[in-house]
Amino acid sequence: MNSLLSLITFLPLIGAVVLLLFLRGDDEAAAKNAKLLALFTTTATLVLSLFVLVGFDPGDTGFQFLEERPWLGGLNYKMGVDGISVLFVMLTTLLMPIVIGASWHVETRVKEYMIAFLMLETLMLGVFCALDLVLFYIFFEGGLIPMFLIIGIWGGKERIYASFKFFLYTFLGSVLMLVAMIAMYMQAGTTDIPKLMDFAFSSETMSVLGITVVGGAQTLMFLAFFASFAVKMPMWPVHTWLPDAHVQAPTAGSVVLAAILLKMGGYGFLRFSLPMFPVGSEVMQDFIFTLSVIAIVYTSLVAMMQEDMKKLIAYSSVAHMGFVTMGIFALNRQGIDGAIFQMLSHGFISGALFLIVGVIYDRMHTREIAAYGGLVVRMPVFALIFMLFTMGNVGLPGTSGFVGEFLTLAGVYQVNTWVAFFAATGVIFSAGYALWLYRRVVFGDLIKESLKTIRDMSRREKLLFAPLVAFTLLLGVYPAVVLDVIGPSVAALIDHSETALAAQATTLAQN
Amino acid sequence: MTTIILFAPLLGALLCGFGYKWLGERAAMMTATGLLFLACLLAWIVFFSFDGQTESRAFFRWIVSGSLSADWGFRLDRLTAIMLVVVTTVSALVHLYSFGYMDHDVNFKEGESYKPRFFAYLSFFTFAMLALVTADNLLQLFFGWEGVGVASYLLIGFYYRKQSAGAAAIKAFIVNRVGDFGFLLGIFTLYFLVDSIALDDIFAAAPTLAETQVSFLWRDWNAAELASFLLFVGAMGKSAQLFLHTWLPDAMEGPTPVSALIHAATMVTAGVFLVCRMSPVLEWAPSTLTFITYIGAATAFFAATVGLVQNDIKRVIAYSTCSQLGYMFVAAGVGAYPVAMFHLFTHAWFKALLFLCAGSVIHAMHHEQDMRNYGGLRRKIPYTYWAMVIGTLAITGVGIPLTHIGFAGYLSKDAIIESAWAGANPAAGFGFVALVVAAAMTSFYSWRLIFMTFHGEERGDHHAHEHAHESPRSMLVPLGVLAAGSILAGMIWYNPFFGDHERMSAFFGLPAHAEAGAEGHGEAATEADTHAAATEAAEAEPGHDAAAAPEADHAAAAPEADHAAAAPHAAAGAVFFAPDNTVIDDAHHAPVWVKVSPFLAMLLGLAIAYWFYILDPSRPKALAENQPVLYRFLLNKWYFDEIYDAVFVRPAMWLGTFLWKKGDGATIDGGINGLAMGFVPFVTRLAGRAQSGYLFHYALAMVLGLLFLTLWLAIRSAGQ
Repeated sequence: MNSLLSLITFLPLIGAVVLLLFLRGDDEAAAKNAKLLALFTTTATLVLSLFVLVGFDPGDTGFQFLEERPWLGGLNYKMGVDGISVLFVMLTTLLMPIVIGASWHVETRVKEYMIAFLMLETLMLGVFCALDLVLFYIFFEGGLIPMFLIIGIWGGKERIYASFKFFLYTFLGSVLMLVAMIAMYMQAGTTDIPKLMDFAFSSETMSVLGITVVGGAQTLMFLAFFASFAVKMPMWPVHTWLPDAHVQAPTAGSVVLAAILLKMGGYGFLRFSLPMFPVGSEVMQDFIFTLSVIAIVYTSLVAMMQEDMKKLIAYSSVAHMGFVTMGIFALNRQGIDGAIFQMLSHGFISGALFLIVGVIYDRMHTREIAAYGGLVVRMPVFALIFMLFTMGNVGLPGTSGFVGEFLTLAGVYQVNTWVAFFAATGVIFSAGYALWLYRRVVFGDLIKESLKTIRDMSRREKLLFAPLVAFTLLLGVYPAVVLDVIGPSVAALIDHSETALAAQATTLAQN
Repeated sequence: MTTIILFAPLLGALLCGFGYKWLGERAAMMTATGLLFLACLLAWIVFFSFDGQTESRAFFRWIVSGSLSADWGFRLDRLTAIMLVVVTTVSALVHLYSFGYMDHDVNFKEGESYKPRFFAYLSFFTFAMLALVTADNLLQLFFGWEGVGVASYLLIGFYYRKQSAGAAAIKAFIVNRVGDFGFLLGIFTLYFLVDSIALDDIFAAAPTLAETQVSFLWRDWNAAELASFLLFVGAMGKSAQLFLHTWLPDAMEGPTPVSALIHAATMVTAGVFLVCRMSPVLEWAPSTLTFITYIGAATAFFAATVGLVQNDIKRVIAYSTCSQLGYMFVAAGVGAYPVAMFHLFTHAWFKALLFLCAGSVIHAMHHEQDMRNYGGLRRKIPYTYWAMVIGTLAITGVGIPLTHIGFAGYLSKDAIIESAWAGANPAAGFGFVALVVAAAMTSFYSWRLIFMTFHGEERGDHHAHEHAHESPRSMLVPLGVLAAGSILAGMIWYNPFFGDHERMSAFFGLPAHAEAGAEGHGEAATEADTHAAATEAAEAEPGHDAAAAPEADHAAAAPEADHAAAAPHAAAGAVFFAPDNTVIDDAHHAPVWVKVSPFLAMLLGLAIAYWFYILDPSRPKALAENQPVLYRFLLNKWYFDEIYDAVFVRPAMWLGTFLWKKGDGATIDGGINGLAMGFVPFVTRLAGRAQSGYLFHYALAMVLGLLFLTLWLAIRSAGQ
């Protein structure tokens, strides 16, 4: 039996266990070994995951690399990937070595730090591979813990507040999801995700506490899942944990948070909400559109006024995630293709932007925009890389940032021109906040005394950015590498949803 | 060959930008310049050998998602061929010029390698511009569109030490983005209606679009009108038309060669190019064409008024550019697309010339740009003086009235004014009057520039005048070439662009019907001609209605037979004339007073400038003191910047702060904190204890909690 996915998922955990059990001592050599082992493990995971990518057949819209084993108490351990999830697995395995590389200068509790990140990788990969409800839930919620620790132990001054805010927000959302999962299990009698996707959950209009609920149980379950995914995305107005979490998290934590953890919400919508609750999704379409558009305009405006670099990028992430939710709920090919593309692209671009902040934070120990200015004078390589990712963030054609924005907007235009109109203002605002940030940090004359001796990027730092630069440009110029993989699965998802809606319409007509 | 034209500049940009450390600065710059001259040479070969048949080629796929599909490709037709020569010629000359101009720039310190970066940006700009003009679908066009925007941004902000340069760069990018916002919505509209973004599919569906209603925001619109209007918003941004013009004068913060290349000859004309490119759609959108005419005419007038009083030499020329772009839009708005392209073509020569001359003056005067500190320079820098006079003769439209002999601008500008007079849309009359008035003002400010700079007494810093020197040869050669173009370009290409109907049809590869219309076109047969066109239009009408009516919601991509009959080969030819569009013919038959009016306006402007700045130099100051309100109004550019700042910029910043502090801070976080503290008191206890550092305890508690939940589920499922 094929157990490649399990191997990839648990390899980092094995690395973590090895670190925990066999690495002794607090000296520098031990720290070095911990880093090397973590780097080795994540790289090995990346190499293994390439086999998945090579062996993956995009034409097959079902789940591939399936694994199924009995597990505790009659539960099933089931893993598999399809066109929607496989690239998220790749994104995770690709970014983790970079994340470890970005943590080369961590000094406190290096061993524990590496263990936390390795555990986190296992849990994130598990989320994208799990095909059983309970398994998914464990990975999904389990991911909170290492992140909570990363912020809480290796974070900045306000780390306790930020980590609890992060934890409470995400955890409260999850409780509702758990309730819905139990309800699903009771209705369908299985926790198997592919089976649940084919199960038609009841969508008869019902009344709860005197309120008429169109779409019935589907809408309620949708909302329960929504509570969890919306926090993870994060969507407006449950986004306020994100800026605090980012500001307090160490650089590597921010990168993982922005590049991978935020994608779990969008992935959840695609894996659960759309296929399992098609009626609920349609009922809530306008609601989600409204929140998405508010997110795009509102957080862009807020981003413009930020004084802290990380906060600015965090807010811009919320705006970009607004394009994702908008695209997903356009429920058409361009919208969903664009949403997935936007998530992957944002993984590279926002990850790179947080690394960029990390580069100068390591040198100056401040994230305050006003503390910088004129960096181009002494840091030309840095200025160039920062410019590239700024343009990616702005959504310049030729970078990956454009493709997702363009497709989601093209998708939503076909559904609702108001939404497309207001969301498209995002292209103006993003130019505003991103270029203004760049100008204040990089342009101008270098007159601040403290910056006079700042050094340009080291070879290690350049190496970290190389893959990110390559992917941002490659996906911008030849996005087919992604669109070809996700396309058939997305088409199947839309078919599935449309069939379900048509079936529901016939049932309604018969009644 | 076309592939080499497109990619040579990109190669140059990469080699120069990334390879200068290995190649050496000078070699890197030579490489970029050499590759551009190669592209330029090939472009001229293509221009002369092109046979009028549209060719397209796809390199590889770009964005493909469902039915939305766009390739990286290459489309070659007459419009492309014209733009290829304009872009590569000016760019090659500007590269050469920059060897002299950018040498020893005072904005950089000793040892800073700024020159290769400058050349790399210039070459990159050229590549993006070529990608724009060779696009075969709207998406690639948009790629080029944004690409030139970035190049422009980088070059405006090239003197990064200057705060004003950074501000101007951002302003240019954001104002352009406002236009792009419209452009994007236009692309989405067309994709929604036509189910394709390839130009040929859109052109084929255009007659159907004219019959289709589409819902956008609060009401239904005519599809052709809506799509072309939204695209034109993009054109307004890029071509700095009224309301979206504010970035162009500020863009003069960039080095002068950049102003010549990007902000005069090429990038800013992209909007005109777009309008001509989309002529098969626009011809079905009469209201949008009227709007374009109004905006173009208003811009031509507005920018000319502001140009009258500016003192910065580059800003005068910048407003002049803005105004001339307005002329081109008037031509396009009345349906005379070849005429718009004609002026675009000639304007590239003389405006690039004027800017490069201004650069030469600035170079001579050690980066002094205020004309009040110039004066009497014609003896110090005679070559520049004569080149600039030629440019001025060209822009003001000097020629022999009622003949086809004159400087480049004379032929193209008069063609526009005649077209505006002949135009059928409701704005054409206004356009005609505004353009003639603007012609007088153009003449005034252009000669004012010459007189203030080169004549009269030496003013300002004594040292600067003493050290004023003629520019090196690398700068003078481009001036010579451009001067030759400014003299000859109009006379050589007058017939194919405007003068001779048959040659124009052949030049633009227009389909047979246009030539058929021209056949009965004798010198005296005006009426017969119009008549024939009218009959043709009448015949076309019924077939067209019947076919288009059922296509209510989603227009088919493939043209139906009836449409093909109604709009013969809509996609053939580089521009398209609706059957009832006879503006070019009508313009040929403009009465004598119309034909001489721009000439008289030019003489008037020249006379007043001569009076004000040569005969009686105290007069302008007296007039300004006499009319302080008007003077300040013009000097402050009609207060557009101040109004925009008050209406858009400040409120946006206020709103951002408000949403941040009050929205996120007080309301959302406040609400959630209240909830947490009120209903879950143990949270505070947790938080309180957590601060003592026992984080692992809580992690452990959470793991246990999760484990418990999992087990509970497991046991339940086992029980069933």
